[in-house]
Amino acid sequence: MSNPAVAVEAQGVTKIFGSGEEQVRALDNVSVTIRENEFFTLLGPSGCGKTTLLRLIAGFEHPTDGHILLHGEHIAHLPPFQRPVNTVFQNYALFPHMTVADNIGFGLEMQGMPKQDVARVVDEMLTLVRMENLGRRRTSQLSGGQQQRVALARALAPKPKVLLLDEPLSALDLKLRKEMQIELKRLQNETGITFVFVTHDQEEALTMSDRVAVMNAGNILQIGAPRTIYDHPSERFVAHFIGETNFVEAELIEIDGRNGRVQLPSGAEVPASLPDVDLSPGKVTVVIRPEHVDLVPDAGVLQGTIDNVVYFGTDTHYHLHLDDGTPFVARLQNQRDSAAAFTEGDKAGITVKDNAIQVLVD
Amino acid sequence: MAIGETTATGSVPTTQMSGREATAAAERRSVRKRWLLVSPALAIIGLVGIMPLAIIAVYSFLSPGPYAGISWDPTLEAWLNVFMERDIFDETLGINYAHASIVTRSFVLAFVTMILALIVGFPTAYFIATRPDKQRYLWLFIISLPFWSNLLVRTFAMMLVLRDNGYINSSLIYLNVIEKPLEIIFTNTAVGIGLTYAYLPLMVMPLYASMEKLDFRLIEAGYDLYGNRWKVLWRIVIPLVRPGIIAGCILVFIPAIGAYVTPKLLGGGKNLMVGNLIANQFGTSRDWPLGSAISLFLMLMVMVALIIYVRNVISEADKNA
Repeated sequence: MSNPAVAVEAQGVTKIFGSGEEQVRALDNVSVTIRENEFFTLLGPSGCGKTTLLRLIAGFEHPTDGHILLHGEHIAHLPPFQRPVNTVFQNYALFPHMTVADNIGFGLEMQGMPKQDVARVVDEMLTLVRMENLGRRRTSQLSGGQQQRVALARALAPKPKVLLLDEPLSALDLKLRKEMQIELKRLQNETGITFVFVTHDQEEALTMSDRVAVMNAGNILQIGAPRTIYDHPSERFVAHFIGETNFVEAELIEIDGRNGRVQLPSGAEVPASLPDVDLSPGKVTVVIRPEHVDLVPDAGVLQGTIDNVVYFGTDTHYHLHLDDGTPFVARLQNQRDSAAAFTEGDKAGITVKDNAIQVLVD
Repeated sequence: MAIGETTATGSVPTTQMSGREATAAAERRSVRKRWLLVSPALAIIGLVGIMPLAIIAVYSFLSPGPYAGISWDPTLEAWLNVFMERDIFDETLGINYAHASIVTRSFVLAFVTMILALIVGFPTAYFIATRPDKQRYLWLFIISLPFWSNLLVRTFAMMLVLRDNGYINSSLIYLNVIEKPLEIIFTNTAVGIGLTYAYLPLMVMPLYASMEKLDFRLIEAGYDLYGNRWKVLWRIVIPLVRPGIIAGCILVFIPAIGAYVTPKLLGGGKNLMVGNLIANQFGTSRDWPLGSAISLFLMLMVMVALIIYVRNVISEADKNA
């Protein structure tokens, strides 16, 4: 019995392109469960396999190995036009020979819906994406943001069980992208459809998603809520890919479930969060986010020398090197009219807020 | 300083005037230069394009000479003879059924050729356009390979394939599919097959050119939106490659309707097309004016057909827009 709350499930999916010498393993034994009504993001650098996974769910590619289930039913063998799943393509792929309304109605028409009903749903969709009165336009007469809305409306019109979005915002400028991020979230709330969103933009992933899967080299490294992924990255790649991070070598000396204690190079012993795997005491790498630390004139838990001070308006970035040479960044929020507390060449101690040290798997 | 300024101000109108004149002169020079540069092209167009047509047009309003050629008696007889003929005994005008059937056959065969070439050429072009880049050129090369040899030679080769003891019939008999050879050679079917074979590359090339530009993500989008293969073909692929289809159809139809070698060899003399009829007038029939008139008539018909076709296409495009 499959859990009814599961929308999409990939079980041990492997996808190999090409053969022989040129063989590329785009996905390597990937398993993931995407829940119903969830905004799920596949995040990773280009070539990590996130688009391949999306195309496997859409049906444009077939897995070399493994299963793909939609609401508990195997769909890996079905062609795209028999899957209740729609895609918003990276460059929208709007039909240039049709009007906006014809584009939006295409899926419904293909499903055999009567003409008047198609027209009614198209009107609803135009209202939903705030494009009323633009139905008779040609797609080439639309701005990038409008094309994006049409692409969304076209994919949402047949009321798919899952909406797949392949980097839909990457072609938009920054301001429009911010607007569309909010718009997408609104559409997901209003329609209640499961969104699977592919992006390489960590900010997009963090702001919009209910859960994020971080991918690299054909594998899913970590799945979790944006906050979990950011605060408790389990692997070096995840920590590195999302946000700015300091990596510090340390010694794991105490393990108590998901909590433990580490000894930092300075000799200070501090509490740390552990990843969800079995670890044994010994050398580990810990992650400390730049905004989770403070600089103090006295010793702190780590000591370093300030190389560079960069003023950013809302905050100031202090680039340090620790006594053992490890580079370290501290990001302190600015107060009005406060002068920088430290200048280049100053010695400074670093204090870490509670729970801000995360031990990595590697 | 002040003097210099005054001089400058004082001289403004004159410099402006001379400036305007200079501009005009430069413009005249550049116009002259442009005409000079296009004159070789114009000369060639005039000499090999318009001149022969003008001669034909003049000939079509003259009388045939005693031994071929023309005599300078203006008459409409040649134009009348395109579709009419005078009774040998009482000189009454009647329809020239021979000519009418040849013209009809030409249009039908050219049209069938065009459709066959489209049916064969469309999947071929699609196949090539979906190959990886490097392979495409190989396939295009293979498609254009027949053009490297003479049409006459290729048509003789086609005779070897189609004749009673040719490759098709002997293999079918060998396989016990038929007992007697099929009558293919010297029929309209043979001419149609021969024409399709001869002009297929002219269909494939423009089709390929427009398919190569096709955004295949649109096809994926079609599949994604519940369109099966046929629906995606009709609703997305064909409308988008329409310019290629039109260009291919025109490129096949026009040479097919004026074909000479193929109907002559594969039609065996009884299935004439307009090309053969025209050739006869300049050859054995020694009626140059009639030959000229039929040539022009054919040209006019093709032009009318094209204009109607293109008009339809444009109006359809407008409807979409």
